[in-house]
Amino acid sequence: MKVDQNTVDRLAHLARLEFNADEKQQLVGEMNNMLAFVEKLNELDTDSVAPLVYLSDSENVFREDEPKPWITHQEALQNAAKKDTDFIRVPKVIDQSGE
Amino acid sequence: MSIYDQYQAVIGLEVHIQLLTKSKAYCADAAEYGADSNTLVSPITLGHPGTLPFFNKQAMEFGIKLGIATNCTINEYNGFARKNYFYADLPKGYQITQDKTPICTQGSILIETKEGDKVIGITRIHLEEDAGKSMHDKDPIDSLVDFNRCGVPLLEMVSEPDLRSAEDAYAYLTEVRKLVRYLDICDGNMEEGSMRCDANISVMKKGATEFGTKVEVKNMNSIRNVQRAIEFEIKRQIDLLEAGESFTSETRSFEATAGTTFSLRSKEAANDYRYFPEPDLPPFRIKSEAIEKVKAGMPALPRELFAKFTRELGLSDYDARNLTDTKETARYFSEVIAQNVAAKAAANWILGPVKGYLNEEALDWNRLKLAPQKLAELISLVDSGKISFTAASMQVFPELILSPDKSPESIAIEKDLIQESNDDFLESIAKEVLEAWPDKVAEYQSGKKGVLGLFMGDLMKKSKGKADPKKASSILQKLLG
Repeated sequence: MKVDQNTVDRLAHLARLEFNADEKQQLVGEMNNMLAFVEKLNELDTDSVAPLVYLSDSENVFREDEPKPWITHQEALQNAAKKDTDFIRVPKVIDQSGE
Repeated sequence: MSIYDQYQAVIGLEVHIQLLTKSKAYCADAAEYGADSNTLVSPITLGHPGTLPFFNKQAMEFGIKLGIATNCTINEYNGFARKNYFYADLPKGYQITQDKTPICTQGSILIETKEGDKVIGITRIHLEEDAGKSMHDKDPIDSLVDFNRCGVPLLEMVSEPDLRSAEDAYAYLTEVRKLVRYLDICDGNMEEGSMRCDANISVMKKGATEFGTKVEVKNMNSIRNVQRAIEFEIKRQIDLLEAGESFTSETRSFEATAGTTFSLRSKEAANDYRYFPEPDLPPFRIKSEAIEKVKAGMPALPRELFAKFTRELGLSDYDARNLTDTKETARYFSEVIAQNVAAKAAANWILGPVKGYLNEEALDWNRLKLAPQKLAELISLVDSGKISFTAASMQVFPELILSPDKSPESIAIEKDLIQESNDDFLESIAKEVLEAWPDKVAEYQSGKKGVLGLFMGDLMKKSKGKADPKKASSILQKLLG
């Protein structure tokens, strides 16, 4: 796989990040280096090795269905960039005019 | 033949079932509807760094229940995955869901349609979490977000594209709602959003083997609106095809007032969810013993009850369907017949006067104060001929509703409704009646049997309505020879 300008644009959009032309150029190089590094691993035969997903081998860790209050309403809103007494406020995300 | 008849619709439904757990899926915030905004939240719900999710066992058990009720394979190995996307009501930036290891796969639901019963395949059921609630129309500048719902457990149930009409979809959702209510895992309230449905709709020429372009429709807040949205969408797609226009796979929203759909976003610009295993939650395994344990705690399902009521109790399909419509009706009926009351009489009473009363007062079964035992006593009074059905339903039943502690018999005595079935008493009145109408007696004896009604009327009047009609009639006929 080869990273080019388009790959960077797509990933930047998915991560909601913006880069200028110089930064993008730099990222193309850096990401290709990263991929090359990871591709080194392909030299190993891993056909008989199951993927490692979890670092611990614990299973069936459950919580009983009991509600427990943790923080207050005020604490919940404390770190929001924009808020009122009840809600966290965000820029409008839907155009109500429809089509 | 209309052009619409030349096409076949193909529909699959995704139903989101909000679970009736007390706490959220991956943290201990209370899961309640209607609390003050942003009061049922914690650092986990709000996606603060360094927090760790912790899975609710009850959500797993609800998943097993639904899987059993829909004849699914319950899968042993269950892992979680992150579905990544940015939206203001999902603070973590990803939803914890099950991607490659859904809890249930390959089941089916039987639905009732005008063309008979149909089997609808269930592709999968998986566990996931709900997002918060965004309000876009309360404020001119901002969207307001409430995270109380964020993290509430959901089961997403995906059907095979086995539905062929808007009516099929209606029947399917009605069945799903009935099931989740029987199982007590969801209140099934589409108006409040605790059960939600997205419809995947395409059309193709009849006899074609390849499905047409699929369109997803969202935002239908009732089963009826799902039906309307599908009807509209089928017609819209056929009209486009007939006009020679192509259309793309997209997501559309239903607009209830006009009964139309409008485009939300194009699926072509495909969401790239970049699923990967959720490293913060260990996987769980469901052993067969756990499934058996859940199974043992499950109530009888509507299908089983329907079969029992029709086959063992000899009720009609109509009665059985109405009695199994809700778990509460079925339970009440079962408790009444447990008192040695004939099933048919119990069904008539429950679907007649009792249901009529509940409808009139807009009450549900849980609010009915009349104990099944009392209703059984009342039915027995009628069956043994002590009071008439009319007296029981018009006079005793309303009084019992007001004073549920009284016995039906004492009310009947108080109101002087006990029927006279004493032969000597009835015979003496019958004689009186016949002596008063010698010419009518002659008419009867010459073949005009219709005048019996007149004698009966007079007899009932003389007995103040307390004569047992069956007995009285036979005594009259005996005296008339």
